[in-house]
Amino acid sequence: MLAPSLGVSAILFSIGVAGVLLRRNVIIIFMCVELMLNAVNLTFIALAQQLGPEGQVVVFFVMAVAAAEVAVGLAIIIAIYRHKESVDLRDFNLLKG
Amino acid sequence: MANALFWVFSAVSVVSAFLCVTRRDPVASALWLVLSMFSLAAIYVLLDAHFIAAVQIMVYAGAVMVLFLFVIMLLNLGASTSTDMVGWPGRVIAGGLGVLLVIELWAVRQLLPAGDLVLPAGEVARQTQQQGAVNFVAEPLFRDYLIPFEITGILLLAATAGAIVLAKRKL
Repeated sequence: MLAPSLGVSAILFSIGVAGVLLRRNVIIIFMCVELMLNAVNLTFIALAQQLGPEGQVVVFFVMAVAAAEVAVGLAIIIAIYRHKESVDLRDFNLLKG
Repeated sequence: MANALFWVFSAVSVVSAFLCVTRRDPVASALWLVLSMFSLAAIYVLLDAHFIAAVQIMVYAGAVMVLFLFVIMLLNLGASTSTDMVGWPGRVIAGGLGVLLVIELWAVRQLLPAGDLVLPAGEVARQTQQQGAVNFVAEPLFRDYLIPFEITGILLLAATAGAIVLAKRKL
């Protein structure tokens, strides 16, 4: 079932990329990034079925890093929301000189 | 049977991912993403990764998405009336790039792993049954990948501290 899994993973990853380009709500963009991470995890799991347990170990690490990323990212979004009262990407220009 | 289930869960996963991207309400978006992650966990079970499937439901569908919903409700974003989508030119570009990416990844998919690396069919399922689903992952994790594992622990500690500092109103 390797080839169909990789196909599903490709479709999910592309939906995630399209979502990042399509939306302006920072939280939804962040969810699309999570979707892309999940798509890559599916690739690792599909290949782990053929090549041994290392793929599953990598997925374990990806999940840990994703959890850390979500905690820090959402904290940053809350901190920016306090300043700007908005989660719209067009209002986020804190790094502009 | 397993094949039919695979296609059912794949379809649910792809459709709910699409709905997650296109729904206007962030809460609806987050809940569709939860469904997508649940079906991915089911696909993991079909691919002989039982432990990872359980972790997927607990960490992703559970902890991470609860965090997202919590922030959406904390910032009171549920009742937005205007859409946050980009305009029509942007939508066409985003859709076009998405389709292009699918085509590219579909082409890469033809490059299957070298034959001498591939384990015999059913080997992973057999080992999982023999050692248990947790042991199958734990043995390489705590032997070959012990240092990355410890570093991940430090990363989680740093992320916890960082999130607290960032979310604090006054230091």
